[in-house]
Amino acid sequence: MYKYDEIDQQIVDERVAQYRDQVRRYLAGELSEDEFRPLRLQNGLYIQRHAPMLRIAVPYGMLSSKQLRKLGDIAKKYDKGYGHFSTRQNLQLNWPKLEDTPDILAELATVQMHAIQTSGNCIRNITTDQFVGIAPDEVIDPRAMAEIIRQWSTFHPEFALLPRKFKIAVSGTKQDRAIVQAHDIGLEFYQDHHNRVAVRVWVGGGLGRTPILGSVIREHLEWQHALTYCEAIIRVYNLHGRRDNMFKARIKILTKALGINEFRNQVEAEWTYLKDGPNTITEAELARVAKHFEAMPYENLPAHDAGFDAAIASNPAFAAWVKRCVHAHRQPGYRAVTLSLKPHGKAPGDITSEQMWAVADLADEFSFGELRSSHEQNLILADVKLSDLFKLWEKARAQGLATPNIGLLTDIICCPGGDFCSLANAKSIPIAEAIQMKFDDLDYLHDIGDIELNISGCMNACGHHHVGHIGILGVDKDGSEWYQVTIGGKQGNDASLGTVIGPSFSAEEMPGVVEKLIEVYLRERTPEERFIDTVRRIGVPPFKAHVYAKDEVGA
Amino acid sequence: MSNLIKIENGIAAVATDDWSLVQLPETHVEERKQAGKVVLFKLTGESTVTEEQIANTVIPATGKVVVPLSVFVERNNELTERIAKGEVGVWLATHELLEYLIQQQANLNQLPIIAIFVERFADGRIFTRYGYKNELRAFGDVLRDQLFFLKRNGFTSFLIRKDRSAAEAIASLNDFSKPYQGAVDIPEPVFRRYHRGA
Repeated sequence: MYKYDEIDQQIVDERVAQYRDQVRRYLAGELSEDEFRPLRLQNGLYIQRHAPMLRIAVPYGMLSSKQLRKLGDIAKKYDKGYGHFSTRQNLQLNWPKLEDTPDILAELATVQMHAIQTSGNCIRNITTDQFVGIAPDEVIDPRAMAEIIRQWSTFHPEFALLPRKFKIAVSGTKQDRAIVQAHDIGLEFYQDHHNRVAVRVWVGGGLGRTPILGSVIREHLEWQHALTYCEAIIRVYNLHGRRDNMFKARIKILTKALGINEFRNQVEAEWTYLKDGPNTITEAELARVAKHFEAMPYENLPAHDAGFDAAIASNPAFAAWVKRCVHAHRQPGYRAVTLSLKPHGKAPGDITSEQMWAVADLADEFSFGELRSSHEQNLILADVKLSDLFKLWEKARAQGLATPNIGLLTDIICCPGGDFCSLANAKSIPIAEAIQMKFDDLDYLHDIGDIELNISGCMNACGHHHVGHIGILGVDKDGSEWYQVTIGGKQGNDASLGTVIGPSFSAEEMPGVVEKLIEVYLRERTPEERFIDTVRRIGVPPFKAHVYAKDEVGA
Repeated sequence: MSNLIKIENGIAAVATDDWSLVQLPETHVEERKQAGKVVLFKLTGESTVTEEQIANTVIPATGKVVVPLSVFVERNNELTERIAKGEVGVWLATHELLEYLIQQQANLNQLPIIAIFVERFADGRIFTRYGYKNELRAFGDVLRDQLFFLKRNGFTSFLIRKDRSAAEAIASLNDFSKPYQGAVDIPEPVFRRYHRGA
């Protein structure tokens, strides 16, 4: 993974000093609440229900064991001994003291980490696929470009105060796993017919209050121009995006208002001033950064391992875990492993300090000392030998990190919700926990098969509910908490937004509602058909009819 | 005590201000400065400033003046001589477009100063580049924590808000030593300025 040089280190160190002084001036009354707000937000610090919430950047989800160990230490020392992985692959601390945040940043800087631009109306953390660099269907490893974009966007003077937050995702696979269509800019790297690296540029996607899938603004962009083209897009947005209404301030509203063709014309006109300018990426810079992402020193291994095969045959629990939590790898004899942060009955994405330390040890022992966080809020060890899987499973199980539910109903994607977040209309974690407990039977879960359930506590959609096969949105009705249900949403190349099935439900009704939806699926499905495919084939009405049938929930 | 910070020959210092800022008279017409409507202004040419305001703006007869963009355009005839002598600058509101100025004044460098009114401290629309070599001033809600960004966007002078100290704010111009990306002050990105090893 990318390692800082002196220049990178100096920037995070200077940031700590700058932020420390801003906090000092705020506490001394030299900065007003309103003046301090954008400053702390650009540093990932929210003032929440109970305490500030600090969001620490995990650029494109890559972590070293050393960094995770430090995160565990910080959570222990400055918080209540746990953290929460978010849907932007970042780590959030829910209980730090404002006065401590400069020290937290100083500690982060010692392991090449920071909280820069994890919030606020600026360019946020760049996200990508958690199997980047190892996925068999990957065409281009986009991490070097993600790092170049990270550096370019860090303290970009022109884009420090955009109309609204701005999210960029990069992807280099045939099957999109980075939801490029749901980002302000999605950069899809591919090989063009001259075998050169090119970018398909998506713009104007986003979830939130007005979910919109992005449009292709440029089908073919040479990689050298990625920064200048993004600059042109964001400049047009910065000049013309709405600032009067924060709910209409995202770039998606502007691209819809102008139409993609007019928006493209304006961007291309702006780009003529920037194209081939100094921010054009050089071969040398790409090569320098790409060196940090070279393949691991893999052993030459056979594609099969007898010990592994025997363990699968003799141990059903191990086999179930392998089926759900172990993923294909491009290197023979290696696999990627998802450590589930979704044990039933716990807040999705939460992890204790002890677990962080344990995962750091597992990464050192089994996966070259590196790991990744996913936007599904799990952790991934990307480079594990087949022959090590059983040992890893036993150790992960001892830490409660081996729930075999990846991609199943209880692998719920969930925002912190009303328990923690001051924006939320409703709680989301207790709903996730109640659903997990309702579906605590692993055989039943495996029978239901692949399904994505997403929960957001408000229309800001941090839980990406619009693209969940089942989406649950917390809404406020006359001061009480209700839940609106959508079905048919999907991420990926054939992304779609879910359809609301009808009037909303109370919290108590939610596990029953999900059960009803599953019942319809189990009744209607054809062999090998996933939930999402059944929804697409038969439509919403049969689900709606069953859920709202008289004498049943939600009637 | 002056609250003006000026960068000259790469050195920032608190400086005396020899320009008088000319304001438009108050108007009773409702101001429409929502960004959503700025797009509309651009499409329709609708103006936020009334003819009456422009006509009633008092321009001091002597000395160096910075006049509102609308006055500069509509009453340019009165100013021709003083422009030639380098005694006239222009200020733009946050939402006003540079194109409008360029239509009147193709050679921007004939203006010794262009000032941009920073409307709210959190508003970033001002941060757009200008191909212009003379003094570019930020005034209005100008606070120290925006100075580094303003400088990188080409601003060369900063009139710090009255209730804050320019002497303290000046330090923030140097918050970061080696910024990553190319911008107006340093056009080349870090990867073209330094040899960065692998």
